[in-house]
Amino acid sequence: MLNIIGHKKIWFTISGTLIVLAIFAIIFYGFKESAEFKGGTLLEFSAIADHPSLSDIQNIFVNDLKINDAQVTLDNSTQTFIVRFDSIDEATHQKVDNQIKNAYPSFSELSFESVGPSVGASLRQKSLIAILLVILGISLYIAYAFRKASWPVSSWKYGFVTLFTLFHDVIIPTGVLVILGHYMGVEVDSNIVVALLVVMGFSVHDTIVVFDRIRENLLLDHGKSAFSSVVNSSVNQTMARSINTSLTLILVLLALYFAGPASLHFFVLILLIGVTTGIYSSIFIASPILTLLVPKERAK
Amino acid sequence: MKRHAGLYISLIILLAIGTGFFIYPQGFGAQTIPWRLGLDLIGGAHLVYQVDLSKVPASDQGSVVAGLRDVIEKRVNLYGASEPQVYTAQSGGNTQLIVELAGIKNLSDAINQIGTTPLLDFRDVEQNGSSTTFIPTNLTGQYVTGAQLIFNPTTGAPEVSVNFNSDGAKIFKEMTTADIGKPIGIFLDNQLIEAPTVQQVIPDGKAVISGGNMTVDSARSLVQRFNAGALPAPITLVNQQTISSTLGSDSLNKVIIAGVIGAILVILFMLSYYGLLGVFAAFALLIYIILTLGIFKVIPITMSLAGIAGFILTIGMAVDANILIFERIKEERKRGLPYSSAVSEGFRRAWPSIRDSNTSTIITAIILYYFTSSFVRGFALTLLIGTIVSLFSAITTTRLFLYVFLKDKNKKSVATQNLK
Repeated sequence: MLNIIGHKKIWFTISGTLIVLAIFAIIFYGFKESAEFKGGTLLEFSAIADHPSLSDIQNIFVNDLKINDAQVTLDNSTQTFIVRFDSIDEATHQKVDNQIKNAYPSFSELSFESVGPSVGASLRQKSLIAILLVILGISLYIAYAFRKASWPVSSWKYGFVTLFTLFHDVIIPTGVLVILGHYMGVEVDSNIVVALLVVMGFSVHDTIVVFDRIRENLLLDHGKSAFSSVVNSSVNQTMARSINTSLTLILVLLALYFAGPASLHFFVLILLIGVTTGIYSSIFIASPILTLLVPKERAK
Repeated sequence: MKRHAGLYISLIILLAIGTGFFIYPQGFGAQTIPWRLGLDLIGGAHLVYQVDLSKVPASDQGSVVAGLRDVIEKRVNLYGASEPQVYTAQSGGNTQLIVELAGIKNLSDAINQIGTTPLLDFRDVEQNGSSTTFIPTNLTGQYVTGAQLIFNPTTGAPEVSVNFNSDGAKIFKEMTTADIGKPIGIFLDNQLIEAPTVQQVIPDGKAVISGGNMTVDSARSLVQRFNAGALPAPITLVNQQTISSTLGSDSLNKVIIAGVIGAILVILFMLSYYGLLGVFAAFALLIYIILTLGIFKVIPITMSLAGIAGFILTIGMAVDANILIFERIKEERKRGLPYSSAVSEGFRRAWPSIRDSNTSTIITAIILYYFTSSFVRGFALTLLIGTIVSLFSAITTTRLFLYVFLKDKNKKSVATQNLK
């Protein structure tokens, strides 16, 4: 049996460092919002036969079309260009397409999205409401799920630790997200918001399985053993299922990441990081924190 | 359930085989009910128009928006979209009209045509000395049922005859009664085209528009635009998303391949870790996949890229319940229980955890469904249905398999060895 509770300082140090780094990254880098939220245009196209360079396209936008804020990126593996700029109307869209097509006849528009600033703002507001409601819904559910608590842990302690673990599992992928945003231009769109919300659901999933076992063992034990040893054996008993249930999810996520379409890459990546963090926290964080909340004389 | 387990499991397997034919792309179901694919997979346009209702009295807004929707639908149908979707939505106090066009070759043409629909309205004319003001009335293009090109019997000049429906005729009658001897302003796209003087009360809902410089060509194009439908309220395109069919089909292929690989990986894992029990889990997973796809097709749910991704996630989650149950059964076996009791105990004791842990995902999916927009909704819906079906599949299908195929009679069976 692994002594997980005994080494809790190690796990707390690891998680504490990661959480602090994530919070600093969020404060310093901030979120890079996609056109979907702040309004703007995203044009994706290819011109394979003409293979224009990045600066060729940049020139068309800045010099010919006078769209100075255009940010052009080129995906070398698929030879597709992605250009981001302010929101435009349909007439300007036609002008942009024609201009590129004149210069590069093999131009083929793959996708085009233009969002007015007001629509973006309302979508952002909707996402924020969804985030708050998911947190509220999950908190209420946790309170309900742990309403029957057993000595020596009162139900609010299970609930508090479950919520803290949820925070842990969401803040770490969010930190990775803002770092990716800063260095690779990954933007927060509604897919990313969904990924973070789904991570919340999964985080609770794993924590509940361990806590259910702790409650059951506490009832069977009748207070004979030390609290921390009951917790430690519970974690060990459920470790295989904690890992396996998430591992099956990780297997499909890896398949989606490597074989799935490019537009899902970052959505899947955030889920992968969140689910992996979730495995770690359900074993090494949730239960050790629970032992901290039990008064010393009972813990011994 | 235990007593008739064999019967039930046969029924489930038969149902799954039948559903398999139904969901297979070239199967029997393909002709009658084809798969409904989202715009992001077949290519198309998702257009959001802001409806300007500032000039429409609050009591009429409902009918104006409904009329607008009908008109746009008529226009969109002219451009050969397959199953165009036109619906209205409220967003932060604003009314929006959402148009989804799939499988159109020339999208920009269609978008232009939707935007340039004529906006017809009649206005009262008020003259104060030399200044003329036009006061908007309730009579707008929403009441127009049709238009014809006619020629003035005396001058031979081209004119456009416009017919109103019964509501429009009533308003027009009241207007012409009140305004006898006075001019009425006829506006097209907010431009005054003429202000004829009312000679008599017009009770039959017919108006004739004849401008000073109307030619046969301009009159004919006006008639075409009216017959396609005039907009009862102005609209502006505020959000546009178009996806080419090449990108769409590429995404579809990739996500299906990823789903198949993911399912195979999960099955291989279950077989290698849980042995014989894993075989049951694998079969239960296959049945789960087939039945869930069948439900998606029957409802029917439009499968978007996000929706398929949500379903693939549930493939990874569907075996979770099996894992929790199998681990329990292993524990009960270690305590020395015979198979039949270990299976019953395993299910009974694992159930609260399975229920509790899936509930948080269900809560997330429901909130996402109600508080987000179309692309995310597809994901939320498949995740929700998938999670619910997987609960059924884990506790019913797997349990039936175990009841039927794991017997106690020979305690030294292969199954027992594998579980050690």
